[in-house]
Order: sequence, then structure tokens, then C-alpha cells
Amino acid sequence: MGRERKLMKGNEALAEAAVRAGCRFFFGYPITPQNEIPEYMSWRLPEVGGQFIQAESELAAINMLYGAGGAGARAMTSSSSPGVSLKQEGISYMAAAEVPGVIVNMVRGGPGLGGIQPAQSDYYQATRGGGHGDYRTIVFGPSTVQEMVDVMGRAFELADKYRTPVVVLGDGMLGQMMEPVTLPDSVDPASLPVKPWATTGTRGRRPPNVINSLHLDPEKCEQLNRKLEAKYREITSKEQTAELAWPDAEYFVVAYGTTARICRAAVSEVRERGWAVGLLRPVTLWPFPVDTFEKVVGRAKGFLTVEMSLGQMVDDVRLAVNGRAPVYFYGRTGGMVPSVDEVVAEIAKMVEGGAR
Amino acid sequence: MATRQWERPPGTEVVYERPKALTDVVTHYCPGCTHGIAHRLVAEVIDELGVQDRCVVVASVGCSVLAYNYFAVDAQQAAHGRAPAVATGIKRVHPDAVVFTYQGDGDLAAIGTAEIVHAAMRGEKITVIFINNAIFGMTGGQMAPTTLVGQATTTSPKPTGRLPERAGYPIRVCEMLSQLDGAAFVARAALSSPQNIAKAKRYIRKAFEAQLGGHGLGLVELLSTCNVNWKMSPGDALKWLEANMVPVFPLGVYRDWSAAEGAEAARLEVAG
Repeated sequence: MGRERKLMKGNEALAEAAVRAGCRFFFGYPITPQNEIPEYMSWRLPEVGGQFIQAESELAAINMLYGAGGAGARAMTSSSSPGVSLKQEGISYMAAAEVPGVIVNMVRGGPGLGGIQPAQSDYYQATRGGGHGDYRTIVFGPSTVQEMVDVMGRAFELADKYRTPVVVLGDGMLGQMMEPVTLPDSVDPASLPVKPWATTGTRGRRPPNVINSLHLDPEKCEQLNRKLEAKYREITSKEQTAELAWPDAEYFVVAYGTTARICRAAVSEVRERGWAVGLLRPVTLWPFPVDTFEKVVGRAKGFLTVEMSLGQMVDDVRLAVNGRAPVYFYGRTGGMVPSVDEVVAEIAKMVEGGAR
Repeated sequence: MATRQWERPPGTEVVYERPKALTDVVTHYCPGCTHGIAHRLVAEVIDELGVQDRCVVVASVGCSVLAYNYFAVDAQQAAHGRAPAVATGIKRVHPDAVVFTYQGDGDLAAIGTAEIVHAAMRGEKITVIFINNAIFGMTGGQMAPTTLVGQATTTSPKPTGRLPERAGYPIRVCEMLSQLDGAAFVARAALSSPQNIAKAKRYIRKAFEAQLGGHGLGLVELLSTCNVNWKMSPGDALKWLEANMVPVFPLGVYRDWSAAEGAEAARLEVAG
């Protein structure tokens, strides 16, 4: 199949990208603003010999994913913020039992039931594990419909490679907007490497496989945690992704997802004034792209983090900068989206040294 | 797990041995517990149906959490109550696998009520072994949804035991699930006497056959004892089960696709 260029809604483009990445099983529960993903999967997966289940709850959906991922399939679930809170139990089990799977969160305003407008206030939940225990998930924060398509393939690859759950953190804006996208070629699931650890039934070929996260002996439980830690270190060293636009700048705006699009426009505008401002855009939110910060932090005069939250990623920016330059923050929350003018005004404060 | 080697004395024959679907290990179950009987019955059925090498067990949370060590088949351990959802995921990926869950009454009838009801509603082709001992065993004898009215537990203490005005009434899972069209076979047996145990095995076999034939979900509820948390001797616990649990949880078949098929065939014969 040739590379097709199409105008697609974000949620549908993401769903099609998952199918083309070899995903054959989807388990979900309706919640706005991600409903186009399960709706698309409900007719698309049967076309390619896959299965769609509308689960009775977010808990059931994530546990079906744990079952299907454990059984060796490429599988996914999607939801939005309140639903993803419910899924945390299963994500913790998947991380501990080393079961691959992809979880999409089209983030909406919170806390509680919040609203249905875009937000980035689930950053902590996504990048700190989210459920109980010492674990991390790989987290992508795409900023265009095309990038959502691109990271879906990568998400399934990394989930399988590291046997770990991978989160794609979109937002209501990205899910609902339409943009032209180039779709990738399809991966045939039969062509993927065999997973010798999967629960397929022994089929007379091997001793039983056990997928488990119970370790009553604390020494063994610590060993599991150490094993996961080593895996997370490897991921941190190999899988950081970020975009550095205008790398010769002196000041940097740091933003991901929808906010990064707004910040790119704001940075373009202030550069016309002759200001040396660049954009540092994390694509992986965990592992956080600290190596990209290292490239510029020695000469940077300041970092402005912009988020659709009260300030969550800014903590990681401060850790990456580690006191070597001032770090400023501007955020809107609850479903409010910052405007280009608001960001320009914040950049002006940073560059012109205004009090904060 | 090392396999113990037994020397068979000359002139004798083996009339009773460990089913192949059980591993050769000592279980952690308390003396007098009926989990061992339930495990054995399930393993015998797996052997008889010849499905061990395509079987996957989903272990739940509770006393049977270590079931993945005892059944010699592929296994996934599930979060509390979620076993039917996990089994759904496995079965949809491998429709030719034989997938069963093994769940207690806290797991299935309290925290996992939604998962079992909806797995039955969807007619998932899985088998569910449901152990009802009217108490939370693993956590030390708290009230379960199946605890009898007046039964003393650590959270429905003496002198009243479970008080309906505070804690409601025991939940009858078979009666509830038998209303769902996706449930192909639903039955309740008691692990209290040789006769009842033989019946339990027939039901378990039927619940696996419901899956193998693609008819839908099969569930067998096994009334079981927890002599330690009931604070009785194993023998008294069996008597208590028959005297107190059976009247509240009547034994028998609540739903059977094959009986319905038989009735339909008979009706067509008469009509024809």
C-alpha cells in the first residue's frame, strides 16, 4: 500500500495509525473527547481480523488490555482524564508484570469530572507512573495530527521492545482537529517477532508461562523493582525525543502538545522583533529529554515553560536546568487554552527582565 | 519445581494419582480447606478433555492467588475482581485456547461484580470456577457478600454476626447470572461429601464443554469451607456448610444450554 495523504480528524488518524502499526485488539469505554477512537475501531478492526470490545468500565478495559497484551497481541485502550484515573490499577499491573500495551489519554480539564475542553493537567499522572508502586511508563506528547500518527507506530514498537505500557498523551484539541496526514505502511502482525513469554497455552512446546506481579518475599519484590529500574535507565538513555527549534537562541520556550503549537507562533512573532528566542519541545515526556536541555543550558539566559495546567512539566524543566538558568512558568488550566498574545507577553517579561 | 520420583512396588497398580494438570508441589492452603479438592477436580477435567497444552488459567486475588503455581498450564495473575476481564482479553486473542478463571467470593461477588456480570452478558467463551466460602479467607475472615445473615466474621462481629439492616443479605451469584442470555452453563455444587463432589466435577466438565463448544460462559459455584476463619474443625465445617449454606445457596443447575437445545429438539420433533 502506498503512502496516502489524507485530511483526517486527530482521533481517527490516531486509530488508523494504530491499526497500521499492527494493533488488532481495542478495549474501551465512551468518554468525550476521545469517542471517535472507539467508534473508528469498532468497524475498522473487524475489517483486518481484529476485535473491538466496548467494555463495561475503564477498569475492565485496561484489564482486557492486560490480558490481550499478556497473550502476545498488539493491543490498546483509549480514554480521557477521568477514565485514565480509573485505568491506573491496570497500568501498574502491566508495568510490574512487564506486559506491553498502548494507552491513549486525550486529556481534558480536571480535577474531578472537570470539563471536556483540552488540558495538560495529567502530566504528573502520566510521567510519574500514575498508579501505585515504583514504576514509569514511556509517555509521548505529540503536537500535530501527523505526529500522533507517527508516535503510534513508535509506541507499539517500544511497548514490545521493553515489555512495558506506553502512554500517548494527547488533548481534546489534538483529538478533535483535522489536519492533513501521511499514513504509514501497514505492519502485518504475523511478521512481528514471536513473544516466547506470552500466555498462548504451552502447545506442547515449553513449560508453562506465568505473567504475575505478586512477590510475597520482599527480597524478590525488590529484585523486580531493580530489574524495572535497569530497564527504565536504558529507556532514559536511548529513547529521549525532542525538537529544538532555533537552537542558537538565548532564551527558550518549553512546551509540548497543543501548547507547543501556540508557543511556536509566539516565538516566530518575537523573533521578528530580533529577539533570540527558541522553542524546546519535548516529544517524549518520559523519558524527559534532559539531553536536549544540556545542549543549550550552558548559554541559555532563561526558560519559559508554558502548559495547559498550573505547572507540572515545569518541575522537570527545573530538574533539567538544575539552577543553571532562571525557569519561568505560564499556564492556563481547566480547559482554557493560552493565546499567542499571552505567550508573547510572557516571553517579553522574560527577555526584558520583568519581575515575576 | 522438582518432580518427585516414586518407586512403584512390584505387583501393584496405580489407581489414583496426581492429575497432569496439577504441578507436583505442596500447596499453601490450610489443613481442612476445600481449595485442594476444587483444584483437583478442575485438573482432572482438564486432563480428561485433553486441553492442558492450550489452557490458560487466570488467578485472582484471595487464598487462590497462587493458583498459577498449582495448575501446570500458562497463567496470568489478575488484579482483585478483574479475572473475567483479563480472561476476555486472552480468549479474544487466542480463540482456540481454553481459558478459565478461579475466583473467590470476595473477588467475584464484591469487587469484581461488574466484570463477571458483563463477561456473562457478552457470552465470553471462558470458564469460571467460583469458590464461595461465605468469608474473606486470605485477609483474615472479614464479611463477604456471601456471608450468611447472623454469621460472625471479623467485620460482622459477635454477638449479632451479619445484621441485614446494616450489611444486607447474601448475594446469590448463580441465580443472578442465570438471567443472562450469554451464560451457557451456570450451576452450584458443594464440596461437602463424596456424592456432592462427584456432582461438582460433572458441572465443572460441563462448564468447560460450554467453552469448547463455543456456547458461552460457563460458571460453577462451589460451596466451600474455611474452617480456620469459621473457627471450626474441618469436619464440623463440612457439617456447617450443609446445614447452613445449602439452604441459602440451593444446589443444582441454574442454566444449561444443552438442556435448552434438548428441549428445542424435542419440541421440533413433536411439531414435525
